[in-house]
Amino acid sequence: MLQPLSDFLRALRAAELRVTPSEAMDAHRTAAIVGYADRALLRDALCAALAKSAEDVARFEQCFDLFFSRDLPQEDAPGRGAVVQQGATLVEMMLAGDADAIAVEMEAAARRVRVQQIDNRFQRALLVSRLLGEMGLPAIDRLLAERDGNGRRAESGDGLAEARDRLIKQARHFVERQEELYAARTARQLREERLGSTRFATISPRDFDAMAQLVRRIAKRLASQHSRRRLRSRRGMLDVGRTLRRSMGYGGIPFDTVWKRRAVTRPKIVAICDVSRSVSAAAQFLLLFLYSLNEAVDQLDAYAFSDKLADVGDLLEGRGVEESIGAILERIGFGSTDYGRAFEDFVSNHLHRVDRRTTVIILGDGRTNGVDPRLDLLREIQSRARAVIWLNPEQERSWSSGDSEMQSYRRFCRVAVSCATLRQLEQVVDEVLRSYH
Amino acid sequence: MSRHDAATSSVEAMIAALANVGYIASHRVATAVYLGLKLQKPILIEGLAGVGKTQLALSVARLLDLPLVRMQCYEGLDESKALYEWKYGKQLLYTQILKDRMGAALADATSMDAAMERLHGIGDLFFSEAFLEPRPLLKALRQPEGAVLLIDEVDKTDEAFEALLLEVLSAYQVSVPEIGVVSATVPPLVFLTSNNVRDLGDALKRRCLHLYIPLPDAALENRIVAAQVPEIEDALRRQLVAFVQSLRTLELRKAPSISETVDWARTLILLHAHVLEPALVRETLNVLLKFERDIDLVAPQVAALISRPRVAEA
Repeated sequence: MLQPLSDFLRALRAAELRVTPSEAMDAHRTAAIVGYADRALLRDALCAALAKSAEDVARFEQCFDLFFSRDLPQEDAPGRGAVVQQGATLVEMMLAGDADAIAVEMEAAARRVRVQQIDNRFQRALLVSRLLGEMGLPAIDRLLAERDGNGRRAESGDGLAEARDRLIKQARHFVERQEELYAARTARQLREERLGSTRFATISPRDFDAMAQLVRRIAKRLASQHSRRRLRSRRGMLDVGRTLRRSMGYGGIPFDTVWKRRAVTRPKIVAICDVSRSVSAAAQFLLLFLYSLNEAVDQLDAYAFSDKLADVGDLLEGRGVEESIGAILERIGFGSTDYGRAFEDFVSNHLHRVDRRTTVIILGDGRTNGVDPRLDLLREIQSRARAVIWLNPEQERSWSSGDSEMQSYRRFCRVAVSCATLRQLEQVVDEVLRSYH
Repeated sequence: MSRHDAATSSVEAMIAALANVGYIASHRVATAVYLGLKLQKPILIEGLAGVGKTQLALSVARLLDLPLVRMQCYEGLDESKALYEWKYGKQLLYTQILKDRMGAALADATSMDAAMERLHGIGDLFFSEAFLEPRPLLKALRQPEGAVLLIDEVDKTDEAFEALLLEVLSAYQVSVPEIGVVSATVPPLVFLTSNNVRDLGDALKRRCLHLYIPLPDAALENRIVAAQVPEIEDALRRQLVAFVQSLRTLELRKAPSISETVDWARTLILLHAHVLEPALVRETLNVLLKFERDIDLVAPQVAALISRPRVAEA
């Protein structure tokens, strides 16, 4: 029984559960205690030993059900010894319609030709034919061809040809399930890698869900990296007052020393997003990203503008980011982008939200349509804020072309980078969070 | 002891034994406890507030007839409050006594070397178990019969403390630098609870069995309420549970969990209710819902929410 459990652990790893060697040992010990007879019990027990969070539990259950949806090969199953001769015995099995024996044989053959090593769907056809070859299909084909040659096909009527078709179908199904079990991760990894480096503007709507999931996962990872340390002790700095107070009970002898600590400030972020058509896709993912940071950020304000600027924090707070984009566009209208007006609105209404702990992230292409860019206002924001960061979905080389004021704006920004893909976005946010340590 | 053995012989027995002490466990919960005992591994329990995480530890302690050592975690908890502390006052007294006696003890030593020799001969008690003040973790390890150790809300502590727990959780021992290693005579059964304030480290998670307690389904919740509030009438209980279940389908800031259901059942008993009336529900809604916004959302729908289950049953 060691082998099926090891295979299952491999399938779990493919489903992105972390199964370390020590957990693998736990799993084997667990299985030894509860046994394999009661599947529900085995499932609960392995789940307790292997799944380490609520999401893990869901993934575990899915994987368990998929893996054990077939019957495990029984060591003492009938016909197991006989299949070594292949060919002839397979024919007998097929003629007898012994589905169990065929399934057992398929498991064994699959292990011999390593079907479980499948890692993408392009190997499917090859593995099916290898599997069938290993099981002795060629011999059956020869037999059938012989009969054809003798013109006896019609009258034999023992159903061998039909059984052969069934066998092929079964093998195909088997390989597909192995792919689902073991290759799921590689497929997902490939897709996520592709999404991570695709320009926001060109991501097709059908990928939005996957993209949103990915954004959330990355944000969560960053958040947990950056939210862990709240207090840092400053080594070597004695807090004299607190030490004296604490050692009153010991007659003033400082048994208990207290060291000075410094609270690590958590970031405050003000995001100002251009949501005109050219930039709205990027804005959507930036907002989704920021809102997924939750615990890592102390205060998060979001403003959107095209010609005028509006506070959209309440919209985003109530609903998910994906659903609120439409409502945001409705609130601020579809005017042509006016950075001057937007900064004016921000400075006169919302500047109090910016203090020296605040990082202001501006997302926009910096194309002002020829109106006054109001650099003075950006300077005012910059002087109040900890830092201004400008994310521009355009490539850096086009920043000085046409009506782009980017070259003037960037003078007031600590960082001004081109940010057109999720990977770039991740880097920028990581840097912002890191700067608060 | 025999009762203890019978309870741990199988998962079914565990469910029955837990029910005996008033905890209605699902299969998954009982399996985790069973494995925790068999594998001698700590159990990390996660779930929303009020689904019975702490209660499980209390019930298991009662079931196994073991002392419960409880440690509530909070930010800033450190080893002097969790592991051990020296009894400074007594140590001070000891040095005083030592000073007084020293003259007499060393009076007949003629040279400095002889005095030092004599001094080494006097037992050094300053750092010894007699002056050790055990805190919860050490106390749990030193229980002669074993214990149930509940480390409540472990996610509230900081990272450094988590690292401190690792030794206790994997080897059931504590290193005291001045003395050496203190190992458990009988390893305690450890429960850790977490509300997911922050993600726990992988190292800690790896050492634990994981148990996620979800909100219960109607059947389980009915049994829990029946066990916790036995005086409630069947019809009222079913109606009440159905109402709470339908509340959970709404988009609330904090959905009511089991402890709220039980509190509400007790409230209704006190008010001598026999059936859910919209007016009564509206008045007692604050037992179930803890946010003004949630109450405002639910209050106008109360009548509809009450009738819904009846229609479903009819």
